[in-house]
Amino acid sequence: MKPILEVQHIGKKYRIQHLAGGYLSLRERMSNAFKFQRDEVEDFWALNDVSFDVHPGESIGIIGRNGAGKSTLLKILSKITPPTTGRIVSRGRIASLLEVGTGFHPELTGRENIFFNGSLLGMKRKEIENKFDEIVDFSGVEKFLDTPLKHFSSGMQLRLAFAVAAFLEPEILIIDEVLAVGDAEFQRKCLGKMEDVSKSGRTILFVSHNLGAVSTLCKNSIMLQSGKIEFFGDSKSTINKYLAGDDATTNNGFIRLENHVGKKYPKKGIVEARLIRNGQRADVFYSMDKFLVELDFIDDKPIHDVVFGLVIKDSDQRPLIGINNWDLGIKLNKRPVTKGTLIFEIQHLPLYGDATYYIDLYFGDGGNNYDTILNAINFKIQPVDVFSNGKILSPKLNSVYPGEVNIRLND
Amino acid sequence: MLRLLVTCLKVEECCVNFLHFNLGLAKQIMTESAEYSIESSGRKLFDWKELWRYRELFYFFTWRDIKIKYKQTFLGFLWAILQPLMMMTIFTLFFGKALNIPSQNIPYPVYVFSGLMIWNLFSAGLTSASNSMVNNAQIIKKIYFPRLIIPVSSILVALFDFLMTFIVFAGVLIFYQQPVHWLAIVIWPLSVLLGIIATLGLGSWLAALNVKYRDFRYVIPFLVQVLFFLTPVIYPISLLKYPILQYLLVCSPMYAVVELFRYPITGVVPDLYFMIASLSAGLILLLVGIRYFKSTEDFFADFA
Repeated sequence: MKPILEVQHIGKKYRIQHLAGGYLSLRERMSNAFKFQRDEVEDFWALNDVSFDVHPGESIGIIGRNGAGKSTLLKILSKITPPTTGRIVSRGRIASLLEVGTGFHPELTGRENIFFNGSLLGMKRKEIENKFDEIVDFSGVEKFLDTPLKHFSSGMQLRLAFAVAAFLEPEILIIDEVLAVGDAEFQRKCLGKMEDVSKSGRTILFVSHNLGAVSTLCKNSIMLQSGKIEFFGDSKSTINKYLAGDDATTNNGFIRLENHVGKKYPKKGIVEARLIRNGQRADVFYSMDKFLVELDFIDDKPIHDVVFGLVIKDSDQRPLIGINNWDLGIKLNKRPVTKGTLIFEIQHLPLYGDATYYIDLYFGDGGNNYDTILNAINFKIQPVDVFSNGKILSPKLNSVYPGEVNIRLND
Repeated sequence: MLRLLVTCLKVEECCVNFLHFNLGLAKQIMTESAEYSIESSGRKLFDWKELWRYRELFYFFTWRDIKIKYKQTFLGFLWAILQPLMMMTIFTLFFGKALNIPSQNIPYPVYVFSGLMIWNLFSAGLTSASNSMVNNAQIIKKIYFPRLIIPVSSILVALFDFLMTFIVFAGVLIFYQQPVHWLAIVIWPLSVLLGIIATLGLGSWLAALNVKYRDFRYVIPFLVQVLFFLTPVIYPISLLKYPILQYLLVCSPMYAVVELFRYPITGVVPDLYFMIASLSAGLILLLVGIRYFKSTEDFFADFA
């Protein structure tokens, strides 16, 4: 079978000029023309010689750090910007969701927005009319259908936007960071819908920082780095490769987090994370160790109710431990604060596998999430003889400490 | 006789060929984009097939802009009518009554209203088309569709307002008991079409320039104002004493449109050479404008 998408030696060059305000003004253009020495123009290859094939029905994940060229690749695939070199042969209709809700207008009602947005995404009017009820049903906003969008909560807007997008029926669907927002339940719903889409035989290109979603949705993944394909293989290996690359940046159980991927507010959030073992920064722990996480946070406005959560995951992105003070009914604040250090302690770390573990961090005020950092920091576990008898349980078979174990024989 | 037969056969062959060609086209459309490639450049000036495929988007953009324009206004569509009516009153008071400007033997209000109406199609269309690309930058950066849809739709919004005003125009004509030549049925739509062409040419050019150089945002209102006085909207061209000024004026693409639009009312046949000059200006602008638009289209997403 011929591939549905052939990407052949795609390159994209941008010129870097130092532009005030991000666009050219005529004055600059003119003054440049009269200068004896031209401004230095630097060429920057956002993508360089990227080639891969996608077969019908395949779901391919694209991962990579910020600036690796993911968005540029998607923009080229969805024809928003042309490549500088190379070409792409496509054998199916491509629809892209570079951001759900594109073209939503606050003054239009929900109903009107469904029609405009659907048409923008390439649906025919008839198609929208036929699917209208389903779309409304999926979004769950039927009550507000004739209310201007500006009166919708942001969650409702998002649901409506995703609902429209979910009923697109292209042969190739390009999705970028759709799941970055929305509450957990809606995210699950979206993931489910996307799984349906991929099962129905359509081809999906999925770009996300949510590695868990990538690994469940996509069999194969591409890892981009500095505009080139660093690795292309099954999702698990690709993700491992990607996370392994992170190790260099989480030296010694310490990481600065002011400018992490997907930061929502510049002046709020976690700025630094430290892992502490025996009063020292560490990234290797032993099973049953006392495990300490310290987090420095800042906020431009005083927070009354700091809520902080932490999820420890294995290298397959499966969550093992997830705790936040809200669930435990612990109130952290004595008074409103604008900065501070959170200390999270596990008395006996019950992890056992001889592997690398990853930590997601969440920070908010109980209502809103200010900062979410997936795979913020990682650490390794060294198994020890937890039963103090000189024997080590097989780390291949044990990923958690089993606790007190009694083995008896009744006869 | 034989020769005739041969010609007949040839014609038939042509027909058959044409039919085949049509079938081929139909097939291509059916398996819509069965295989296509994305390359560095080389887009056609007018990709009719693609525009046709996206025809519904013209409608939706226009529909959206009309909706938004009159949302949360108490008078709604009435504004489309009130504006030219008020302008007519002001111009009649100052230019018609106070300055006594001649109006080609028809009541000055009729003269000025007919001019203002078609002028507003141009000025409103030009202004919104020029800003349309920048205003829709968010969409341009995220979704592909033929970009030309955006300026064209904003001109269609102006056309909608024009049609609303037309109802009032009919009222004005009846009020002043102004006879209209029957040719109006042909001439009015024609001049509206020419007006749209003039608007689209300049509008698409400015829209593209505006994406690259935001300076044009400030140039446009000024440009519209200058063109207003350079077009015989509120005064007839015969008022100008110096022929050189007349020559300058007829280079405006709107000159022919306004004169043509008024012809069924005034009965004044416009000067043929003037018309040709003005119409060619419109056509040249259309070609230059769309060419420039197309040549920069690919990079809108990077600049916007």
